[in-house]
Amino acid sequence: MNFRFKSASLVAIAAAAVLGLSACGSGETATENPNSSAESAGEITVYNAQHESMTKAWADAFTEETGIKVTLRKGSDTEMSNQIIAEGEKSPADVFITENSPAMAQLANEDLFDPISDTVTEQVPEQYRPSTDAWTGVAARSTVFVYNKDMLKEADLPKSIMDLAKPEWKGKWGASPSGADYQAIVSAMLELEGEEATAKWLEGMKENSKAYKGNSAVMKAVNAGEIAGGVIYHYYYFGDQAKTGENSGNVVQHYFKNEDPGAFVSVSGAGVLKSSENKEAAHKFVEYITSTEGQNMLSEGTDWEYPVGKDVEPREGLVPLEELEAPKVDPSKLNSEKVVELMTAAGLI
Amino acid sequence: MSNKPGAGTTTARHPKGGWSKRSGPPVGVLTVGILISLGTLIPLGFVAVMTVNTGWETAYNLIVRPRVAHLLLNTVLLTLVTVPLCIAIGVLGAWLVERTSLPGAKAWALILAAPLAVPAFVNSYAWVSTIPSLSGLWSGVLISVLSYYPLVYIPTAAMLRRMDPAIEQSAASLGLGPWNVFRRVVLPQLWIPIIGGALLVGLHLLSEYGAFAMIRFETFTTAIMVQYQSTFNSSAANMLASVLVFLCLLLLLTETSIRGNARYARIGSGVASTPTILPLGRWRIPAIAVVVVITVLALGVPLVNVFRWLLAGGSRIWNTPELTTAVLQTLGYGLTGAIATTILAFPIAWLAVRYSGPATRFIEGLNYVTSSMPGIVVGLALITVTINFAFPLYQTAPVVIAAYVLLFMPRALVTLRTGLSQAPRELEEASRALGHSPLSSFFRVTLRLTAPAAAGGAALVFLAVSTELTATLLLAPTGVHTLATQFWSLTSEIDYAGAAPYALAMIVLSLPMTYLLYSQSQKAAGL
Repeated sequence: MNFRFKSASLVAIAAAAVLGLSACGSGETATENPNSSAESAGEITVYNAQHESMTKAWADAFTEETGIKVTLRKGSDTEMSNQIIAEGEKSPADVFITENSPAMAQLANEDLFDPISDTVTEQVPEQYRPSTDAWTGVAARSTVFVYNKDMLKEADLPKSIMDLAKPEWKGKWGASPSGADYQAIVSAMLELEGEEATAKWLEGMKENSKAYKGNSAVMKAVNAGEIAGGVIYHYYYFGDQAKTGENSGNVVQHYFKNEDPGAFVSVSGAGVLKSSENKEAAHKFVEYITSTEGQNMLSEGTDWEYPVGKDVEPREGLVPLEELEAPKVDPSKLNSEKVVELMTAAGLI
Repeated sequence: MSNKPGAGTTTARHPKGGWSKRSGPPVGVLTVGILISLGTLIPLGFVAVMTVNTGWETAYNLIVRPRVAHLLLNTVLLTLVTVPLCIAIGVLGAWLVERTSLPGAKAWALILAAPLAVPAFVNSYAWVSTIPSLSGLWSGVLISVLSYYPLVYIPTAAMLRRMDPAIEQSAASLGLGPWNVFRRVVLPQLWIPIIGGALLVGLHLLSEYGAFAMIRFETFTTAIMVQYQSTFNSSAANMLASVLVFLCLLLLLTETSIRGNARYARIGSGVASTPTILPLGRWRIPAIAVVVVITVLALGVPLVNVFRWLLAGGSRIWNTPELTTAVLQTLGYGLTGAIATTILAFPIAWLAVRYSGPATRFIEGLNYVTSSMPGIVVGLALITVTINFAFPLYQTAPVVIAAYVLLFMPRALVTLRTGLSQAPRELEEASRALGHSPLSSFFRVTLRLTAPAAAGGAALVFLAVSTELTATLLLAPTGVHTLATQFWSLTSEIDYAGAAPYALAMIVLSLPMTYLLYSQSQKAAGL
């Protein structure tokens, strides 16, 4: 017996240990070969960039109703869209759900979606769907300027998000430029104001703003008075108020309205992948989450996002969507590739 | 199945290539070493191919820009300040507990190693949830030093315990004072663990993500992570990664040139006599103060804060089935990763120690280069490879383990190398002279002598695996959540209370490993 043989056997033992681990160490989810089609017609994998608790609630209710098992994989919008593109034909994903539209538009541009069913188009009004019907909106979120009530008075508030690039805002505001959320806001600005204005504004942002990791951290910093204001989405404030309020006690929300780029309402998307081996179940899932029942869960949970289903009322306390005077933007036109390029050029990411 | 003439045979060979003049390494071991090291080229190749695909002009524009200068300054300053501080604290602590009359030295020896059980991002979480405004370079230095000094302290303390005091006593009998004995006799022998530890600290600094992201301190790794999360073609991220790889090479070259070729081995196990203990006298109080301050900052702050959040969270935070699942999955991946990495590290460490030369240096060095890359680079490289060439393996546990092996090989290598450099070659040769085959001699002699070091290496790998974040996020099979990934998603939502049980679980899981490391170094000293 020579050394090579011995170490080969040791490696084999280690490999066996790994395989054994993957079979028994992962509790309820044994690793599956992504190629193998589910035994019953009842199993889908959802690549989920939406709030985990929300999607999990949808998945559990859906499984209870249909018997179809749902496995969630977690990630962020554009990380997952890139992953799906890299996986190509063989992607294990049946359904993709995001927090914002740009990642959905990216996959639609690559022609990776199976168009949504008529059931879905009946359930979701036109303004919350892309013009192409490659995917659908499932929830909405509004851009908001949060500010510290001890540091800013109403008269000092910016009239437009565009004002935040002006010198008087230097060092006074923050955002999470690395997040898909913020990049979606910039993609709306790009669509509405054009490349030159957006690039110039981003330079001002680089000069004026402090970068935080995540919108929660931005609100926390505003609350603590580290910065006077921040650009985030609306539901962080409501969520914190509903819990302990410890990160939002000094925070007030200011909606830009007036069809300002800063009044952008971002549509979260869901779509069925062409490469799915279980399209029927995948479509059922998208139909379920856009149904009255699925949309009502948005207004009942702890989530505070806006439902987009026909005749589903948003949660008590939220400013109704139609009063937000959001700019009109076709979600399928949002180009986050350009946004990343511009933000990279500005040195923000 | 024939036995090849192996190490230490006295047949004269032509000193060819980069091998040492004694003799060439056994072909079998060499092949294994080369194969393993070639595997480590996957991520490196990924970065290289992406760089070439980017094209020079784009590459130039992406590398030569103000943001990169800012990141470079941050990363370099962080390394230049943190590494010397870690060495100073690590060596001072080791010397105090091993060689002075510090009261309760035995207990302190263990306590000073304990911060290794607190992952850097848990440390960061504890500090930032106490002082929310914590950010920038000095916060980065604070967190890094408190998290990483044990990487220098543990091997240094082990070496101090194993060192043959006879040499020091001879030096003292020749009229050298305590300081001179330390400088001229002790310090040169500590060189290997100090440099090895410092290299590990440096590599950690280059690849740490979570701890710095939390305190808004930007390094190459955090910037790469941001780019990967938000970009479609990752050329900007790949260019950052290429600069990072270059920095790592720089670190490795520095380490290699400082380390030299010194051999420290003694015949016989155990320590011939007890080392001289320096009476502290009036330095007693300052010495106690030093270890107390280190302990309070590195261990007290994180523990107090984790428990503070546990209390604030109440029962809500324990009522999650995810917690149990995450514990089990972390245990499984940690153990498997540790075993696989240690087994694969053996041939490489053995070649590096027994046949030290440019070629084996190169083989060994490859592993360090790969591991210096952020987990997300390794993750994406493995995703690319498995999607294109091995789809049945895509999103399966073996790929996650492969990533851990690539990322954490140096942790096993450094401790194994220290162990092997102290296992005298002469014993193996004696065993062969008595008629045993080279392989059997290796298993009977060298392997037994290096078992403590191997266990120490495995423990270090387990620690790293159980808190690995970025590669795990990317590669884990769908539905697998480790403690680290769950902790990360909760802290990202500023759910500090909800994250506390995960932080506690990671600490509790890491503690036995830290203790194992400590007791192994005790055993080595024959206590």
